[in-house]
Amino acid sequence: MSARVGYIAANTFREAVRDRVLYNLIAFALLMSAAAILVGQISIGIERLVVVNLGLTAISLFGVVIAIFIGISLVSKEIEKRTLYTVLSRPVQRWEFILGKFLGLAGTLVVNTFFMAIGIFGALLYVAHGFHTADGWIVVALYFIILQFLMITAVALLFSSFSTPLLSAVFAFSLFIIGSFAADLRGFAGMAQGFAHWLVTGAAYLLPNLSSLNVITSVAHQQPISAQLILSNTIYALVYAGMAICGSVLIFERRNLK
Amino acid sequence: MPAISIIELEKTYSVGFWRKRPKIALRPLTLNVAEGEIFGFLGPNGAGKTTTLKLLMGLIFPTGGSARILDMDISDLRVKTQIGFLPEQPYFYDYLTPSELLEYYAQLSGVPTPDRRRKVSQVLSRTGLQDAAGTQLRKFSKGMLQRVGIAQAILHDPKVLFLDEPMSGLDPIGRREVRDLMEELKQQGKTVFFSTHILSDAESLCDRVAIIHQGELRGVGAVEDLTSSVEGKAEIVWQGSSIPDSLNSLATECHVVGDTVRAVVREANQDAAIDALRREGLRIISVTPVRTSLEEYFVRKVQVSQTATGVIS
Repeated sequence: MSARVGYIAANTFREAVRDRVLYNLIAFALLMSAAAILVGQISIGIERLVVVNLGLTAISLFGVVIAIFIGISLVSKEIEKRTLYTVLSRPVQRWEFILGKFLGLAGTLVVNTFFMAIGIFGALLYVAHGFHTADGWIVVALYFIILQFLMITAVALLFSSFSTPLLSAVFAFSLFIIGSFAADLRGFAGMAQGFAHWLVTGAAYLLPNLSSLNVITSVAHQQPISAQLILSNTIYALVYAGMAICGSVLIFERRNLK
Repeated sequence: MPAISIIELEKTYSVGFWRKRPKIALRPLTLNVAEGEIFGFLGPNGAGKTTTLKLLMGLIFPTGGSARILDMDISDLRVKTQIGFLPEQPYFYDYLTPSELLEYYAQLSGVPTPDRRRKVSQVLSRTGLQDAAGTQLRKFSKGMLQRVGIAQAILHDPKVLFLDEPMSGLDPIGRREVRDLMEELKQQGKTVFFSTHILSDAESLCDRVAIIHQGELRGVGAVEDLTSSVEGKAEIVWQGSSIPDSLNSLATECHVVGDTVRAVVREANQDAAIDALRREGLRIISVTPVRTSLEEYFVRKVQVSQTATGVIS
């Protein structure tokens, strides 16, 4: 991979950090502190369950909001402010720019998730006074959340390469919500008949299957995650994100930057 | 080999949501710019100057024609290591300082790591930004951003520079500095292609100019050639504060400015007017033929019957 992709990614990460994106960590830290203190007082025996559920859900939601709102502006902001002109008049190919922007935001989300994960484990330590072996599955849940972020960022980037920021946000949020219920959609496809069956099946496979990446409830109940699920989810998320990025590149390569 | 060779380059956009209709931004343009030349690309706002520059930079794609820079097609990525580009009213990443921004651009331009710091420091100094090198760009004025724009364009020591309205937003000192910089670049053998609608800048700097209007090339040539058509009149300037009666009938226009008088006479009356001034014992300061100014040439060219419609910049 070209070094320029790395430079663009590093600059995107720096932009996000200086744009105070990581300030959401403060809100998360407050949430986890409050949860840890309150949970200890109002719940007996399920403190761990509540902290894990609340913490992982908050990580997922905070990250999705960042992925969508920054993802949709990654390209459009550069065009609108014309910062792209001085980048693309250098020996930078358009696919390098798109990939660099994607990796920069993905890196920001990984760092963000890492610090939030510290918050969850801190809160767990406070309420449970120690860790169990099953707590290791939280790391898997966090990994799946990061895979979700990659898919959503790639989709937001795809929309932003041809649409306005507002419409891109609407599309990306819609996909996130529908994708979270992908299992239900696939169930419905199995029951449907004739043309509706083909239509719903097609939609179910086209839309991101985020529900299979959501193992928060299982992890909160200390249930193990199979290696097969980890492998299949990894392949699925990387292929889906990769295809969305390829779509962005194909559109962006042909776009006139008026 | 010309530094820039543009052959029948054209651009038409499709506009409209349901019923697409064509809008011509640039009619087929053919132009050559020699190496080491300062070339002015002149035209009123919306003439097609920025469209041409964006086509050359690969930011938009031509509908037809081609262009070569340093004998390489503009789609060849190697071209971009040899060119510098200053967009019109440049805007950069707010949260970066000039040093960080130039470091980033040096990385993208492929400047070797050991040279980066030195090059950044050199251009900061060359563009008068060394004192503001650590200030975030969001705090910069328009003129300061223009300096940053020029710094990033020359950072990697390109052979050909494309500057879109480089004097825009600069105060008189800044404009002077940019003019000096362009002269210096020419002395270093660089080719400078710059667009402007400020004719005095072009007249004082350019070896050759092209005039574009409504997406169509209206004239191209050396400044002195375009402005050399003598109008058959001469301007006589002498010391004094009054106009002799004998000159009133000979001059087509007369103006008294302080203790000098300026009169324009037809060439046929030139000797008679000089004789009349001598008879009055007045000291003649200068006699110069009246030539077409670049401004007059420009106005004449852009007022040619407008055949194009719906042109955008």
